[in-house]
Amino acid sequence: MLRTIGRRLLLLIPTLFGLSVLLFFWVRALPGGPAAALLGERATPEAIERINEAYGFNRPLPEQYITWLGRLLQGDFGNSIETRRPVLEEFINRFPATIELSILALIIAVGIGIPLGYWAARNHGKLFDHISVGMSLLGITIPVFFLAFMLKWLFAVQLGWLPTTGRQDRGVDATHFTGFYVLDGFLTGEYDAAWNAFIHLLLPALALATIPLAIIVRITRASVLEVVNADYVRTGRAKGVSKQIIRNRFVLRNAMLPVVTTIGLQTGLLISGAVLTETVFAFPGIGAFLANAIFARDFPVLQGFVLFIAVAYALINLLVDISYSIIDPRVRIQ
Amino acid sequence: MTLVLTGCVQSQRDDTDTGDGDSAAPSDVNSTFVFASSSDPSGLDPAFASDGETFRISRNIFEGLIGVAPGTADPAPLLAEDWTTTDDGLSTTFNLKSDVTFHDGTPFNAEAVCANFDRWFNWEGLAATESLSYYYGALFGGFAGDENALYESCSADDELTATVNLTRAFSGFIPSLSLPAFAMQSPTALEEFGADDVGGSEEAPEYSEYAEGNPVGTGPFTFDSWSPGESVVLQAYPDYWGEQGQVQEVVFRVIDDPTARRQALEAGDIDGYDLVAPADTAALSDAGFNVMQRDPFTILYLGFNQAIEELQDVRVRQAITHAIDRDALVTQVLPEGTEVASQFIPPVVNGYNEDVTDYPYDPDRARELLAEAGYEDGFEIDFNYPVNISRPYMPNPEEIFVALSGQLEEVGITVNPVSNEWTDYLDLMRGSADHGIHLLGWTGDYNDTDNFVGVFFGSTSNEWGFDNPELFTALSEARQLPDVDEAGARYQEINEQIAQFVPGVPLAHPAPSLAFNERVTSYPASPVNDEVYNLIELSE
Repeated sequence: MLRTIGRRLLLLIPTLFGLSVLLFFWVRALPGGPAAALLGERATPEAIERINEAYGFNRPLPEQYITWLGRLLQGDFGNSIETRRPVLEEFINRFPATIELSILALIIAVGIGIPLGYWAARNHGKLFDHISVGMSLLGITIPVFFLAFMLKWLFAVQLGWLPTTGRQDRGVDATHFTGFYVLDGFLTGEYDAAWNAFIHLLLPALALATIPLAIIVRITRASVLEVVNADYVRTGRAKGVSKQIIRNRFVLRNAMLPVVTTIGLQTGLLISGAVLTETVFAFPGIGAFLANAIFARDFPVLQGFVLFIAVAYALINLLVDISYSIIDPRVRIQ
Repeated sequence: MTLVLTGCVQSQRDDTDTGDGDSAAPSDVNSTFVFASSSDPSGLDPAFASDGETFRISRNIFEGLIGVAPGTADPAPLLAEDWTTTDDGLSTTFNLKSDVTFHDGTPFNAEAVCANFDRWFNWEGLAATESLSYYYGALFGGFAGDENALYESCSADDELTATVNLTRAFSGFIPSLSLPAFAMQSPTALEEFGADDVGGSEEAPEYSEYAEGNPVGTGPFTFDSWSPGESVVLQAYPDYWGEQGQVQEVVFRVIDDPTARRQALEAGDIDGYDLVAPADTAALSDAGFNVMQRDPFTILYLGFNQAIEELQDVRVRQAITHAIDRDALVTQVLPEGTEVASQFIPPVVNGYNEDVTDYPYDPDRARELLAEAGYEDGFEIDFNYPVNISRPYMPNPEEIFVALSGQLEEVGITVNPVSNEWTDYLDLMRGSADHGIHLLGWTGDYNDTDNFVGVFFGSTSNEWGFDNPELFTALSEARQLPDVDEAGARYQEINEQIAQFVPGVPLAHPAPSLAFNERVTSYPASPVNDEVYNLIELSE
């Protein structure tokens, strides 16, 4: 098992190298450059030229790439052109916010999606099934930004229950050290701060969870339907195995394999979903920052962040593969 | 009583106190003012900034020698009580306000003034590039060792008298000093926190400790904290020389998305925000929010690229101008308070020409002119406009495009729409000749005509694609007139010269709107955004 994990991690190196080449040339193929974004209306050709000169953007691309790669190997990801802070520092400061948001979104998606999908399958063809399928179709098709605005309009503007933006109110006594505000609140015993951070997470997490939730409902439903009609379930029933054991060991456990794969894929996608959600909720995670970096042509941030996200994505996939062997002993990663 | 009051103001959540207190800070007023910014500041050192969000913050922390008369764009005394300039325009002596201290206790005096001027002049390397010291480079011609440098020297004549010497006269010198980029900063703090150490490598410039978290000025608020992506917080400076006002804490919350800003205001999460979308102003007003307009200090224009053959004929340029109904444009798609433009500078700017040649809306005349120029059946032309962007002078380019293209089609001009995202758009306008008629504009920085027409028409450019040596010379001469009135007269002539040449259509001076919570009863709206929050009045 450990050897497998080690090998998978080693395989990550050529993947990342390939990605670094692609990324580097791809971001530079974008029309416009950081100079135009920095200077706005004042971007005269001379001014753009001088800035490109200062930042080295006018040197041959292979030379720029080698300089960048050389620094990268020493752990130096460069500095953001917009904020002028080290890219790694910007990532570390913002990543916990996105993770916190993604975890809650995932809890919502899985916590609601699996039971809903299961019950829909068990009530196959009945009203509850139709409603679930209909709702999940709506969840997939409704644009996230529209949903986000409607959620805010209802819960923040009209009802005033939840905040519209941000991670935590000012004025709440909060000590931050892990970067995960809810966790920080629990660790320090500042439960008010934890609660405050939690209610800030709710709306963005709901918005972010919609698509994965809808997909999980559909996959769980389909998968359970398939397993429920399998021969071994029928045999089990015929032999008088208890309903509970049938449900938990025969059906759910076997139906979970495709669901786990889906959850893994969706977890990776949460990060890209966060780009939109974080922008709409002014939530200071990597998503909003990355969206701005694309707009500002902040090359070092684009390159660095996408690499970090790729690593995170690869690690999540690895975890999914490991969890296969736990759920299904037939699957051996060897 | 005072003690109770102070405590109440600082905790800002305690509303049980019913002290009758002084009128400046009624005890039941929440003295924290939360304003939504559209982005983080680019840094906290205004000398290394040129963006509005940075200046919005630094105007509250710092003050310059020269300020702005409230509600206008005109220079007024601030840290300099008065000043005299020699007839040749080369030497200006400033008499400084006494008993002013920086937030770190450093006295503000003539030495501090000279330290700031010398600091700017002596920047080198990355510090002396556009991405950092844009305004100094642009207005002071260059740095130590540059032939073109405007600044010569500064001398502290006595504690409160400083003289600045220039190498040549510059009519914009005094007004330009009202820019936050030239605010006075504490020499002690600048040195202690290595303000000029914009280190890192060339490819990866890094801000100094000063610009990251230790800005020190003389303004009514001191810097408290900056959480990137979240907020910047300022606190009232108890030893401020002027009026302290009601606001004790200012929070600039970063909310990137315009709709999210509106919702945050509606939900009561913020007290106000800037650049309200034209479509939102009426709804917010009706819902009881205070919506106010700044006097416009902007110009939106339709530019002509004379690299296009048809546009080289002045009759075609006049025809397009006659084809455009600016009144309809302003009433249909631009925000309330917008004024119709007749020239490329707003009315409050020195050199505005009341009698400039105008080309009123007259589609018949437009068709005649086109026929005279040999285009009886009209012609086809690219119309460039940006998308997904809102600028103070152009809140809704897509709608402006639709309105104008309809008017052009009326007179037989076939419009071929070309849209781009903002940075690509700028690149296309400034970096290539591959564009036709196009939407662009400008928001003035301070009361200087050259800051408008000089920027647009001072030399050949890809954007306009013409070579008009007479105009270039006139602009460069006007720039060097030391006397403001004399310069004003010259600029009136130049504005007429531009009107005859018709390089584009000055469309409108859109007024940027702000929206506030009901409790904000007074806000010092300024055409040049010189808004300092000690002048805000709150009712609850």
